Amino acid sequence: MIPTFNLRTTVGLLLLLALVLLPVYVELTGSRFLLTLFTRIVILALAAVSLNLILGYGGMMSFGHAAYLGIGGYAVGMLAFEGITTGFVQWPVALLVSAFFALVIGALSLRTRGVYFIMITLAFAQMAYYIVAGLARYGGDDGLTIEKRSQFIAPINLSNKVQFYYICLGLLCGAIYLVWRLVNSRFGMALQGARSNDTRMRAIGFPTYRYKLTGFVIAGTLCGLAGALLANHTDFVSPAMMYWTRSGDLIIMVVLGGMGSTFGPLFGAVALLVLEEVLSGITEYWQIILGPLLLLVVLFARGGIDGLLGKARHG
Amino acid sequence: MAELLRVESLAKRFGGIVATDDLSLSIPEGELHAVIGPNGAGKTTLIAQLSGLLVPHSGRIYFGGSDITGVSMPSRSLLGLARSFQITSLFLDLSVLDNVALAVQAHAGHSFHFWRSARREPELRDPARAALARVGLSARADLPASALSHGEHRQLELAMALASQPRMLLLDEPMAGLGPEESARMVSMLRDLKKELTILLVEHDMEAVFALADRITVLVYGRVIASGKPEDIRNNTQVRDAYLGEQEAVHG
Amino acid sequence: MTLFIEQCLNGLQFGLLLFLLAAGLTLVFGIMDLVNLAHGSLYMLGAYFAATFAAWTGSFVFGAVLALGATLLVGMAVEVIAMRRLYGRDHLDHVLATFGLILFFDELVRLIWGAGGMSLPLPSWLNTSVRVLPGVDYSAYKLSIIVVSLAVAAFLYFLVMRTRLGMLIRAGASNREMVGALGVNIKLLFTLVFGLGAALAGLAGLMQAPILTVQIGMGENILILAFVITVIGGIGSIRGAFVAAILVGFIDTLGRAYFTDLLRLTFTKETAATAAPALSSMLIYLLMAIVLVIRPEGLFPASSK
Repeated sequence: MIPTFNLRTTVGLLLLLALVLLPVYVELTGSRFLLTLFTRIVILALAAVSLNLILGYGGMMSFGHAAYLGIGGYAVGMLAFEGITTGFVQWPVALLVSAFFALVIGALSLRTRGVYFIMITLAFAQMAYYIVAGLARYGGDDGLTIEKRSQFIAPINLSNKVQFYYICLGLLCGAIYLVWRLVNSRFGMALQGARSNDTRMRAIGFPTYRYKLTGFVIAGTLCGLAGALLANHTDFVSPAMMYWTRSGDLIIMVVLGGMGSTFGPLFGAVALLVLEEVLSGITEYWQIILGPLLLLVVLFARGGIDGLLGKARHG
Repeated sequence: MAELLRVESLAKRFGGIVATDDLSLSIPEGELHAVIGPNGAGKTTLIAQLSGLLVPHSGRIYFGGSDITGVSMPSRSLLGLARSFQITSLFLDLSVLDNVALAVQAHAGHSFHFWRSARREPELRDPARAALARVGLSARADLPASALSHGEHRQLELAMALASQPRMLLLDEPMAGLGPEESARMVSMLRDLKKELTILLVEHDMEAVFALADRITVLVYGRVIASGKPEDIRNNTQVRDAYLGEQEAVHG
Repeated sequence: MTLFIEQCLNGLQFGLLLFLLAAGLTLVFGIMDLVNLAHGSLYMLGAYFAATFAAWTGSFVFGAVLALGATLLVGMAVEVIAMRRLYGRDHLDHVLATFGLILFFDELVRLIWGAGGMSLPLPSWLNTSVRVLPGVDYSAYKLSIIVVSLAVAAFLYFLVMRTRLGMLIRAGASNREMVGALGVNIKLLFTLVFGLGAALAGLAGLMQAPILTVQIGMGENILILAFVITVIGGIGSIRGAFVAAILVGFIDTLGRAYFTDLLRLTFTKETAATAAPALSSMLIYLLMAIVLVIRPEGLFPASSK
């Protein structure tokens, strides 16, 4: 399938290219800080890509998506704490546990709709938060330091910041491509149909629950991967990773970037986190601008950045 | 002709309101059976129960000989019972072709296919285009469904119902909101479809009803007050008082 | 035994506080179909206003009254400026927009009052105990919270059941379009209802200030409980919010108190201390899940749909 080359796709690919070239820029200018910042951006973009699958394409307004960041992160953290530092065990466990929780949470939550769905996903995420905060052995509220990053076989060394950055970026690109193929497949069409008009889907013969649940599990698993990456990036995990306001941040990224678009989550993550950096340089109280900005986007630029790029084309 | 749809003593209540009251119906294969009645007679509720959107309080529904009273809505569609909606219920943000292709996809096995692009599957696209051609919407195939006029929406509704290759169609006021030209077009389309499908038609447009129906059932307050051939219904005094008279008064 | 009674009173007090918060939320949700995440921000503002005004005027009660008025004004301003444009939109839009408001208010508070939080000391005449039962002394202030909350609950009941405004509110909760069709000034009604909700939130915030907290982010923590109560009680139903809030208040308080003891039998003190709140929270969410499965419209659904 040939993607249509328009402004949105072009900008998206250019952005990816810029991200690929970033370490070169960092080498030349010596601003290591940028590498740290953009590693974080790339990881959260991955989380946003996973959310976009169910929120943007599937219409499932999950307010508990950050829970999977925490689950994936804690899988790595807890195993590391217990002495299992090999990534070959940590990362599959992170994925499996995330998938399992997504299955359970999704199976229960998807029996509800609308605001009830939001509340129930929120409640589950908070439950996860409280459970983890209650685990005194793993640091509880204070969090858990990770002494050693996930070990793989040489030459892969996650402690090498540039290498780690490229691994994250590679996984992000993989995820974007995966989601793109997914949403255009029969499965994706079923998801999109369910978002557009669930009753009609069932009337024409789709048992939508199973497809939504599958999408939910895929999204949760991808986000768990992002969680494992995040844990490695910060060498630290804490319950705060899954507090419900973090889920809100992810939703902002998806909406700001443009829901239900290929590069939207990437645009959103970059825009939000760069904005955060820039604004907090100007004023300590930058969130005062972010809040109303979000409100304005919702009211007037509902399609997000991707939407604006799409309109720009048509003049 | 063999009986395709049988309804036995269907009953449905909403709080204190009786929407369907001891309703029985029998529709043989190949018949176009019209259901008429004043507003609030429970016609849409009937269709909702037949398609599986609503669950009746009591009574049974048989389709092709099997009891489908407890069968889920998606499964009924897979058995060959398709419906159109009175209030446009389409996938407005998807293209016209996508809309119909989804209807085809629903009956083309499961949708746990994650890689191949569905928009390029001839298995899905070809029958979809055929259904669109049938209703005369081929030219509008690639537009978003939201860009269509109301009349074209009704045509799309019909195309989607057809795409699933049903044995029986439940049509809920397909003429609603159509002008005279569009109505005429819809009537001739339905006349064509009659030859291959069994149809239950709920309609207010009396001209269309009397032009198309093999038999008519009249519903008032959820109860059947008369059922039979069009001429008999037209001459039935009870029906005239309850409904047709009303219609004449309205149309002056 | 006395400890048990005290805990029960604590549960009642917490439940009533939650009721004040949830009542506003369920009203706004039921009548305007508006999901307002920023409800917690109004709760926070109530506390901050009270702390500030009490310090300025030197009187707790005076400060509280002023804080109530201020929160009411802020609430109505927010309704006119932001909420009006959200009516009729997708719930996701509400969630996003009001989430933006949370960010805004949190930062605004940080800007004006600093990051450190504040305290609101109790006046001496409230800082005593009262003998409620032979052998049971209870904090006078907590008792006054119970009394005030019950008075407000009674007032709300009277308002909703016996006045014209209340009739419009009830009608609006079960059928919004009809109320508009009746020629009622919907805009004004909505502003008033939103303002009422804001005032209730502010009241809850200022009342808990002396005994719990006045800090940024306090709204977010309690907001979820308020939403859970709304869902359990039934959206749009004040009666439902009342019952659900008391229930949740009891479960949470007794849970925290007794789970800690229960767990301490098998686990270490710290494990018990951290696990107990988790368990009692889980119990509440479990309750919500059960209600959603058995009675999705809530215990006392207001809507006829």
